[in-house]
Amino acid sequence: MSEQNVTQTESITQPQTTVADDATVEPMAETIIESRDLDVYYGEHQALRDISFGMPEKQVTALIGPSGCGKSTFLRSINRMNDLIDSARVEGELLLRGKNVYDEDVDPVALRRTVGMVFQEPNPFPKSIYDNVAYGLRVQDKDDNVDEKVEQSLRRAALWDEVKDQLDSSGLDLSGGQQQRLCIARAIAPDPEVILMDEPASALDPVATSQIEDLIEDLARDYTVVVVTHNMQQAARISDKTAVFLTGGELVEFDDTQKIFENPENQRVEDYITGKFG
Amino acid sequence: MSTTDITADAVSDRQSRIARVVFFSCALVTVLTTFGIIAVLVTGAIPFFREVSIIEFFTSTTWSPLKEPNSFGIWPLIWGTMMIVVGSAVIALPIGVLTAIYLSEYASSRVRRILKPTLEILAGVPTIVYGFFAISFITPQIQRVFPQTGTFNAAAGAIVVAIMILPMVSSLSEDAMSAVPDHLRQAGYGLGATKLEVSTKIVVPAALSGILASFILAISRAIGETMAVTLAAGMNPNITVNALEEIQTMTAYMVKVGQGDVSVGSIGYQSLFAVGLVLFVMTLAMNIASQWIRLRYREEYD
Amino acid sequence: MATDQATDDRFEGFSSDDKLARKRLYGKLFVGICFLATISGVVALGALIADLIIESWGWLSWNFLTYPPSPSEFHYTDGRGAGIYPALVGSIFLIALTAVFTVFLGVGAAIYLEEYAADNYATRFIEANISNLAGVPSIVYGLLGLALFVRAGGLGSVLIAGALTLTLLILPIVIVSAQEAIRAVPDSQRRAAYGVGATEWEVTRDVVLPSALPGIMTGTILALARAIGETAPLIMVGAAVSVFNPPAGLFEPFAAMPMQIFEWASQPAGEFQHIAAAGSVVLLTVMLIMNLMAILIRNKYETEL
Repeated sequence: MSEQNVTQTESITQPQTTVADDATVEPMAETIIESRDLDVYYGEHQALRDISFGMPEKQVTALIGPSGCGKSTFLRSINRMNDLIDSARVEGELLLRGKNVYDEDVDPVALRRTVGMVFQEPNPFPKSIYDNVAYGLRVQDKDDNVDEKVEQSLRRAALWDEVKDQLDSSGLDLSGGQQQRLCIARAIAPDPEVILMDEPASALDPVATSQIEDLIEDLARDYTVVVVTHNMQQAARISDKTAVFLTGGELVEFDDTQKIFENPENQRVEDYITGKFG
Repeated sequence: MSTTDITADAVSDRQSRIARVVFFSCALVTVLTTFGIIAVLVTGAIPFFREVSIIEFFTSTTWSPLKEPNSFGIWPLIWGTMMIVVGSAVIALPIGVLTAIYLSEYASSRVRRILKPTLEILAGVPTIVYGFFAISFITPQIQRVFPQTGTFNAAAGAIVVAIMILPMVSSLSEDAMSAVPDHLRQAGYGLGATKLEVSTKIVVPAALSGILASFILAISRAIGETMAVTLAAGMNPNITVNALEEIQTMTAYMVKVGQGDVSVGSIGYQSLFAVGLVLFVMTLAMNIASQWIRLRYREEYD
Repeated sequence: MATDQATDDRFEGFSSDDKLARKRLYGKLFVGICFLATISGVVALGALIADLIIESWGWLSWNFLTYPPSPSEFHYTDGRGAGIYPALVGSIFLIALTAVFTVFLGVGAAIYLEEYAADNYATRFIEANISNLAGVPSIVYGLLGLALFVRAGGLGSVLIAGALTLTLLILPIVIVSAQEAIRAVPDSQRRAAYGVGATEWEVTRDVVLPSALPGIMTGTILALARAIGETAPLIMVGAAVSVFNPPAGLFEPFAAMPMQIFEWASQPAGEFQHIAAAGSVVLLTVMLIMNLMAILIRNKYETEL
């Protein structure tokens, strides 16, 4: 695999650099994804305004906010899934390890090989469980030792024990929660750097939801995870950093999760968190 | 966890580019087909119109391009076609709409599920079989009532084409009527209307664009109908109002030329394309009209 | 203050039963008429089937299926000498060849229109044009085939010319039904594949086509069932009526069932009417089998999903 074609990042200032008092002193995580003055339009309508912040590597960043505030749009901007929408237009920059993913010379297909995605409704292919997980490997030409990698991914997704005897059966035969874990296995099989999750548990029952949440915390050991969720308690449970979007596509505050939920700087964030609206 | 090159030459997408070109070419074939049809008809008809004046073509009332004395008036053929079209329309359009009303407004869903596909079988029968049916059954029956009927007669052709286009009218009209939202009917009943009134004064007008579109489609089909009229209605270009006489439609004439040993380049061969051109223009006009109606009235109750 | 109902004009309508009764009568008549209209279609179908069965009774034999039409004099003591064999085989070859061309072109065009084409005037023009092509009479396609494939293409009246002509004839139908099948594939599937780094072609090949395949097959088989009954284009292209063997190759003359039936039905002698009926029965049976296949495929895959 070719070396990263990237210019070294200069020092990137992170907003709100204060660390909560009782946090253990850790080396500051490097910013892997940075948004700079990002605007996204669907035709005439502006969905995101001037989004600027940086997400740390190998941590879980949650994007929260009321419906329609643009958090999913922002997520899709990271792996350029918005390109699939004819009317979508992007201004500003979104850097992955210092390289703007909207540069002329960037291939969205290549981008999506390093930034994986899990969707709100589980969407396994109408293929076998094995072929679902192996698909990413095959299209990305990583198809050596497929058997091993499939098993590894299913284990990481906490699904192996449940399906190891039925790898040939259809992915659609699984329950909702299992299907979503299958989709997660499919996303991590090609070993991306980043995993984007768009409300991954919102279509699932509480038991399946908590399984997914445990999984997310575990995945952050090896991958950078960005999760969009409308469930604030979930965000508080699983994330290290939280970004609060509010109606109109504005990023209102971004900080350590603990700070956001216990003592946010912005009054509107406090109102949202305490349920005054949204 | 790996770091990856995300620049454009990291992934070769030649396959997608090739696929795009290939699939576009497939779609292009349809455009080329239309140009091909127009080109063939026009280049085939031009030599004809060099020999025959357009005035004679559209004013003479005798058509005899293959037999002496030659005469090149298209009217007998158009008349023959029109006899079939009008005759079949007079039968099939009202019956079709009434059928649609019955299926949509009165029939239980079980009855509809059986009858609608049954009628659609009529649409699937090849026209050659209809032609056979016309000479084997329809004409003898007509002859029982009107003994002076010829072996070839316009009436049998019209009847059989009517049977053929009936499912087009009934199915499409029924679709249009079923699509009328129920609250319109409820409004009618609420005002004290009877079912007859609701069906005829509320549902039919609301579904009108679909019904008209089905009419035009059916008529267009009748214009282009070939085998049934060739077998049933005959080969005699003859302007008459007597449906029991033999006539010749444009399509039947084309079959006659296509069957016979007409040498390429002869006026007979060229007449094939001239008549084909007229036929094509007529059906094209009908199809455009049908699309226009559907577009224009789509907003009716959305 | 109570109003005297007997003299109050407002209640006149309620108490005049005759008007309502008359309306009910009209209503019943109307339903009757509509029902008769519906039945007339069914009766016509019944008459058609009955006529075919009656006329072909006794003439539809194994020999009929396996022998060629008689060369000159007509011997039909046991159906021998008047057979549909070359036409039957010819039709099947014709349709098989048409299927190959039509699937490739039709599915390709449908993929372009659904997956790649932008929503602009060019695309709408192409789709409107396809809609128009569906309404062109089949005999005009015959002229196209005659001029383009038989004459200009120098192929002559051979099997492949017939297949190409029929391909163009049914192409619009196949494209539309393939489009519908492709459209039915949920977008979430495409997004899943893009999300894992698949290219445009990979998404089409691995996600869209496999899911759309049953619908495409159903639509294609139905279109082919129509094509097998078409006569006019074959007359123009020059299908043969007096061959005694099935087509020997792509560039050989060929017979076809509708053409043969037409030939027989055109003869005045009574016996020909019978075998025309028998031929019609064979043709309809083949079409019925094809339709059943299409329905079976559709049902099988609809229940699986």
